[in-house]
Amino acid sequence: MSLLQVRDLHTHFISRNLDNEIRIATALNGVSFEVSRGEVLGLVGETGAGKSLTAYSVMDLLKPPAQVVGGAVEFDGRNLRDLETEDMNKLRGSEIAMVVQNPRSSLDPLTRIGEQLVRVHTAHTDTSDSAARKRAIEMLGAVGIPAPEERMRAWPHELSGGMAQRVLIAMALMNEPKLIIADEPTTGLDVTVQAQILDLLRDLVETRNVAAMVITHDLGIVAHYCDRMAVMFAGRIVETGAVETVFDNPAHPYTRTLIASTPERLRETKQKILGGGAPPNLYNLPPGCHYVERCRFADDSCNKPLSLDQVGDGHFAMCARMDAVREGWPS
Amino acid sequence: MTEPLLRAENLTKHFVTPRTAQTVRAVNGVSFEMHAGSTVGMVGESGSGKSTIGRMVVRLLKPTQGSVTFRGRDIAPLRDRAVRALRADLQMVFQDPWSALNPRMRVKRIIQEPLLLHSKLSDSERSDRVEEIARSVRLNTDLLSRFPGELSGGQLQRVCIARAIATDPGLIVLDEPTSSLDLSVRAGILDLLQELREKTGAAMLFISHDLGTVRLVSDHILVLYLGHIIESGPMAKVFDEPAHPYTQTLLSAHLPADPRTQLHRHLLEGEIPSPIDMPPGCPFSTRCPLVRDDCRTALPPMVDIGDGAQRAACIRIPEGSNKVPL
Repeated sequence: MSLLQVRDLHTHFISRNLDNEIRIATALNGVSFEVSRGEVLGLVGETGAGKSLTAYSVMDLLKPPAQVVGGAVEFDGRNLRDLETEDMNKLRGSEIAMVVQNPRSSLDPLTRIGEQLVRVHTAHTDTSDSAARKRAIEMLGAVGIPAPEERMRAWPHELSGGMAQRVLIAMALMNEPKLIIADEPTTGLDVTVQAQILDLLRDLVETRNVAAMVITHDLGIVAHYCDRMAVMFAGRIVETGAVETVFDNPAHPYTRTLIASTPERLRETKQKILGGGAPPNLYNLPPGCHYVERCRFADDSCNKPLSLDQVGDGHFAMCARMDAVREGWPS
Repeated sequence: MTEPLLRAENLTKHFVTPRTAQTVRAVNGVSFEMHAGSTVGMVGESGSGKSTIGRMVVRLLKPTQGSVTFRGRDIAPLRDRAVRALRADLQMVFQDPWSALNPRMRVKRIIQEPLLLHSKLSDSERSDRVEEIARSVRLNTDLLSRFPGELSGGQLQRVCIARAIATDPGLIVLDEPTSSLDLSVRAGILDLLQELREKTGAAMLFISHDLGTVRLVSDHILVLYLGHIIESGPMAKVFDEPAHPYTQTLLSAHLPADPRTQLHRHLLEGEIPSPIDMPPGCPFSTRCPLVRDDCRTALPPMVDIGDGAQRAACIRIPEGSNKVPL
């Protein structure tokens, strides 16, 4: 039984134009996936595909004009969409924790980091301040911050990017979450620091049996730190499966293009990538496949509504022309 | 050996912080050469001085010390006015195309501006040339009448590259040209750069922290740490047999986008020190897994490895004890 099950999630940006007509950007169009304890799911896709929006929709952190208009988010046996604001607030930061990109802007610049960690804990539990302090020091140590007791008194601006990201992970751990959502946790960090942070996250998933969802556009991170992956395009998951399965045998032409565009594959194949192209217009998406304009295998069958079809064991893809793609893809 | 197109010698840049008057030692005595038609990749963590070197090479920054000899002439001491004439020959492409282009200029005007400044073409010749350049960067000529705000990131970066190649420069510095772009768009830009290099013969200094990309496009690599070149050499050699302990650990932290590659890693502790408080001796001594006492006394010189094409600055190399256990 998965810890988090997202089913057919739809999120729209609903606004009005200058003529006061309602305009709807259909940003998430039926996103479904699950994450279990002890595994890392990698959510990949290009800018604007809806990766972060999926996370914010799950966490109920959307701001107008964005709103969830359909679907279910089941977490640990409860449908989060039915929860009252107050109950959702209790859950956020305790059972589900989020680590965001840009750690420094997520910390309160006017509060010492120790105090921020303590607050997260006391807000969700009945612990005394001194017990919360003890736990904060323990968590700072657990994420590899040297001299944690002294660091409690540090101000956010005194931390380097890598250190600030560790503090955010420590904060996420304060209440022993069941699920950690990490949105581009290492973007902007150097490779050596990136490796430290990802090792830490992977270690937490294994030793504390938490579930993790990592949002990234870096296929290297997916290849080496995730168990399963889900590829997003224009507000849909177009392919999902075990990481090795998808890399070995990508079914969707978009996934194929992504993998073929990595420097490693480019070096091997010396192939020209004809991918790229503009993202589809979210105000006016095609009726069937969203990738149709950029796909050279597209035909009439691509204009019919699609579903995620099983390709192999735990491997699903949303493409009407999978056979044609498999045969016609240059090897 | 032919005379290099560009030779940087003992290039140094120190900044002084505004209120506290501390010295930031961004670049410390860097020397390298670039030949026509070659691509040199420059890698290193943030704060290692990559961008500062790039800016000194095109003389957007004046070095504190050292020389930059371009086509036989030292451009470091030139006055800004004299540098302007050189700009046609020395161009730069920046990381963030959104902020590198004037949002109120149409694309056509952006690409033709260097031609207005540096060539004596007639209006119609210039117009033809702009279209020709647009086509060579695979930019749809319909887009020439648009404003930057109407273009995607990949298209904007093509405009930046078009502007850079408009005057047929001998050398282009590309500072993280693909970091802000999505994967498939990035592949298209890299492919374009490769093609332009073959067509124009321009030398390229490719600055990036993405080791996979650098490996793909460059034939020579410079590895920087705290404003020092700690290793240099032919791309394949350095990637296959990195000599400096820092290069070894840097490459081991790289994540190739292929789940089947086995990672052999030695993870570094901590982060790059501040260029305000430089460690004495070897700049890497505070994090080096192989550090010993004499590393902390004097700056290790660059030594030749094998035939001398590859060089690195580590005192353990001559005795062969420079391999970090992975």
